[in-house]
Amino acid sequence: MFLTRFFEDIGRYFILMKLVFRRPDNAKMYWDAFVRDLYSLGVNSLGLVSIISLFVGAVVTIQTALNLENPIIPKYYIAIATRESIILEFSPTMISLILAGKVGSNIASTLGTMRVSEQIDALEVMGVKSASYLIMPKIAATLIFNPILITLSMFLGVVGGYFFGTATGMVTATEFTKGLQMDYRPFYIVYALFKTVVFAFVITSISAYYGYFVKGGAVEVGANSTKAVVTSSLVLILTNYLLTQLLLG
Amino acid sequence: MIRATNIHKSFGDAHVLRGIDATFMEGKTNLIIGKSGSGKTVFLKCMLGLHDLDDGEIEYDDRRLSELSVEDRRKLRLELGMVFQGSALFDSLTVEENVSFPLRMFTKKSPAEIKERTNFCLNRVNIENANTLFPAEISGGMQKRVAIARAIVMNPKYLFCDEPNSGLDPKTAMVIDELIQEITYEFNITTVINTHDMNSVLQIGDHISFLVDGKKVWEGNKDDVIHTDHEEMSNFVFSSELFKKIRRAVRSE
Repeated sequence: MFLTRFFEDIGRYFILMKLVFRRPDNAKMYWDAFVRDLYSLGVNSLGLVSIISLFVGAVVTIQTALNLENPIIPKYYIAIATRESIILEFSPTMISLILAGKVGSNIASTLGTMRVSEQIDALEVMGVKSASYLIMPKIAATLIFNPILITLSMFLGVVGGYFFGTATGMVTATEFTKGLQMDYRPFYIVYALFKTVVFAFVITSISAYYGYFVKGGAVEVGANSTKAVVTSSLVLILTNYLLTQLLLG
Repeated sequence: MIRATNIHKSFGDAHVLRGIDATFMEGKTNLIIGKSGSGKTVFLKCMLGLHDLDDGEIEYDDRRLSELSVEDRRKLRLELGMVFQGSALFDSLTVEENVSFPLRMFTKKSPAEIKERTNFCLNRVNIENANTLFPAEISGGMQKRVAIARAIVMNPKYLFCDEPNSGLDPKTAMVIDELIQEITYEFNITTVINTHDMNSVLQIGDHISFLVDGKKVWEGNKDDVIHTDHEEMSNFVFSSELFKKIRRAVRSE
């Protein structure tokens, strides 16, 4: 029963994706929807991402400093550890998980409400390619804006580490700057941003799938929003493992 | 004209439509009536192509729905207007944006032409000074009228209404009924209305099909309703004492 349902979901997901990536009826209408989604799914997440990144960067620095209280280990290792933690995992993966909760539930509940209130049927009756019109702009918006969010997160994470590390006297500004520049590998940024783009697609498409196919009423919309967040988070973690193994392993 | 022939539709073990044959005339208000759960909405959605048929055929004039390609179906849909039970207005768009949506999506009209046509349709349904309001900011009756304006904005040949006056007070319901009938006559539209409102039946029923358990068991017009001896039909339409008295009075004249 579970396996049947699992394969049914996968099949329907790919059928939906085929419906999503169709030629738009009217490029301007899609552009307008894209701009709306860019704002609601991307720009609206700037505050949350900034605050979390700043403080997590600070916490990573403080915890690393507390664990490296050994006179043999140079203090600039604190900055190296902060930089690698932020760029490799915290910003691309943890922020994406947070976005899976915020953006994923938004997409699933919006589409789910449109489904149960017959707004999607109304689009279909008009002759609009509803899956394409409703989902493609959301995917495009997150694919473009999530890398910007993650880049900002990396920057603010490091800034948070620098500011709180130096303010608490755990590391000096010179040591922190030296550590940030030491053994720097630009590929890590490429790796992180590539992961981000894949995660953005995973979050948006899976959440859209759960929202688009809601049946029932308000309770089912809530239940499917939860499923959207849980499933996209699990797929994201699995994808993270696979990408890490492929790109860094 | 729309013709439905031997329509069957099941959901799992539930056989909802059991061989419906019906014809809906051009320029008339065609009503589908029946108890809740009799298959009215499923039948309407089958005609719209929102549900695939298990068996049977829907014809729009000389076009068979089952023989149309995906592209031809989309073209046909540009000739359809639909008023949903809950209005189904887009929450995030204003009244004006809702009505102009099909024009913006499917036509190459200039913004001025779109605005003119939108305002014409809104005026036609007696909506004034509400262009910039959102659906949540207007009453249920106004939402229905905006939904009608949106449905007619593309000059449809076929108009479908699913319980257009449900949830409205009797006076507003009558206004909506009259509006749909006027629009039907004015633009010579083939209008199909699902309802279980008996005022609508007696007021605007040019052609009435009565469904019981997924089958059409009676058809006629609003005058035939008064004089019919069909037991199920009489029991359904004249279930209240008031309607029974009206019927007796009319028949005795």
